[in-house]
Amino acid sequence: MTVSRYDLTHSTVIESDHQTVEVALEQLRGHVSDAAFTGDTMLLNMGPQHPSTHGVLRLLLELDGENIVSCIPDVGFLHTGIEKNMEAKTWEKALVMTDRVDYLNPLANNLAYCLAIEKLCELDVPERAQVIRVIIAELQRLNSHLVWLGTHILDLGATSVFLYCLREREYILDLFEMVSGQRMMGSYIRPGGVWRDLTDEFLPALKKFLSYISKKVDDYELLLNENPLFKDRTQNIGVIPADYAIAWGLTGPSLRGSGVNFDIRKAMPYSGYDRFDFNVPIGKHGDIYDRYMCRIAEMRESNLIIQQAIKALPGGLFRSNNRKYVPPPRAELGTSMEAVIHHFKLWTEGFKPPVGEVYARIESPRGELAFYLVSDGSPKPYRVHMRTPSFVNMQILMTIAKGYLIADLVGIIGSVDIVLGDCDR
Amino acid sequence: MALANLLKERFPQAVTEISEFRGDVTAVVDRKAIVDVCAYCHDTPGFEFNLLSDICGIDYLPNAPRFGIAYVMYSLPCNQTLRLKVFVPEEDPTVPTVTGVWPSANWPEREVWDMFGITFDGHPDMRRILLPFDWTGHPLRKDYPLGYEEVQFSFNHERIQAKKPSPKE
Repeated sequence: MTVSRYDLTHSTVIESDHQTVEVALEQLRGHVSDAAFTGDTMLLNMGPQHPSTHGVLRLLLELDGENIVSCIPDVGFLHTGIEKNMEAKTWEKALVMTDRVDYLNPLANNLAYCLAIEKLCELDVPERAQVIRVIIAELQRLNSHLVWLGTHILDLGATSVFLYCLREREYILDLFEMVSGQRMMGSYIRPGGVWRDLTDEFLPALKKFLSYISKKVDDYELLLNENPLFKDRTQNIGVIPADYAIAWGLTGPSLRGSGVNFDIRKAMPYSGYDRFDFNVPIGKHGDIYDRYMCRIAEMRESNLIIQQAIKALPGGLFRSNNRKYVPPPRAELGTSMEAVIHHFKLWTEGFKPPVGEVYARIESPRGELAFYLVSDGSPKPYRVHMRTPSFVNMQILMTIAKGYLIADLVGIIGSVDIVLGDCDR
Repeated sequence: MALANLLKERFPQAVTEISEFRGDVTAVVDRKAIVDVCAYCHDTPGFEFNLLSDICGIDYLPNAPRFGIAYVMYSLPCNQTLRLKVFVPEEDPTVPTVTGVWPSANWPEREVWDMFGITFDGHPDMRRILLPFDWTGHPLRKDYPLGYEEVQFSFNHERIQAKKPSPKE
């Protein structure tokens, strides 16, 4: 007689003779507590399709009533083999794939990749390009934190904040469209600088937006900071002690909420961040409320940084002049033979960086985003590894969720701020 | 650089080569000794590398040893970065796990197993992470195909046409 049993870790139906429930559960023996084997606790699949898991994340929860006894995250539903794919493209074409890794701050992914290439090739970046990159990176941070705020608060129950945040985000997406032609996956930041100069309409629109967004962030704080329902659901929940957070590799606002002062923009400044004056908000208790306060404060700091950057924006080149890596402008092609040759070589073969391995990191809204590039001197990358913050940050869910209710878990997932594209690549 | 030299003095057999490229210092470590070296880097004052930034696997086919694993670590108290490289041969692709030193190595090591096939001895949870559990093969190896569809030109038209699915008569 065939018995079909549901294999719990792998969600497949096992059809075989004499298959008992014990065999399927056996695969989970190291991960769940012994109570699951006697039926005292229930195994529930918070499946890949779920509105509160922020993407295709599967959590296998062992529940005692509503209390979580263990939580096993299962990732890989959004894995598209970007790292393997990049090995088949040239260095500049592979840049387009980096946008899609963390789709809530695509241009910052470009920035990390370009910083790694520039470190490898020792390529200079003109000052104007560096300041433009800072403006774009901080706009990305605002973009990402607005989506985070909207979805996190939506999960906790306040549905109207979601629409307010996405309304603000529309203005930021319009700004990106002005600058790169694309709302989201701009590929605007290229090795050596940026793709094209800022258009005339960008700076006035940006200034108007900045004054608008500061009022809106005030509104959100007014709505949420002293809200007793919000405080009940977020204070003293999901507490991550500082040493625990560092041991588990947490970076970004999740780490700063636990009281650790680590921001890559201050510790290892890139793209001229050391010229700007800004504070790094630090939390105290490491609960959801502190991580929320860190991100809201970061939105204000981003606003300040962009204002300083607008004032400090110099004239000059927007992309390096090093024709071995950067194609010449089209106007030069009619008059200069070298320009035609460089254009031809760069477009057909691509540039050839020197042999070596580099690691370049930036502070993404989620944490430390870094690229480990291995080059063998050929026009195609030999190995591109993306150290993405969500992948490493998500490990903490295995241990931190124990003892809380499912309702708290929803808040904890939101406060760690994972993006599944970032996690799975 | 000074740190790497101190490390070499402490572990003269294990640390085989020290290099610097574009400001990053890399120390090549023998794979059997990696846990001791990492524990030393984590605990010693002056080193204090408490944050493991990244574990990156690299396939150097056809060179031998075939695989390399790079451990990039960062010290929060001292604000310094160090990279340790371990070379793993193809015949015996195993490395001791560093999850005892940094618990955050758990998922990155699973990813290296998933993508390259390098097992980590002593890892609490050696399963595939990004690919489905029943996948065969390790995609990021150089001999694993990218898997795109071959373009059908006139010279290979019949060969590709034969493989295409068609309604059964």
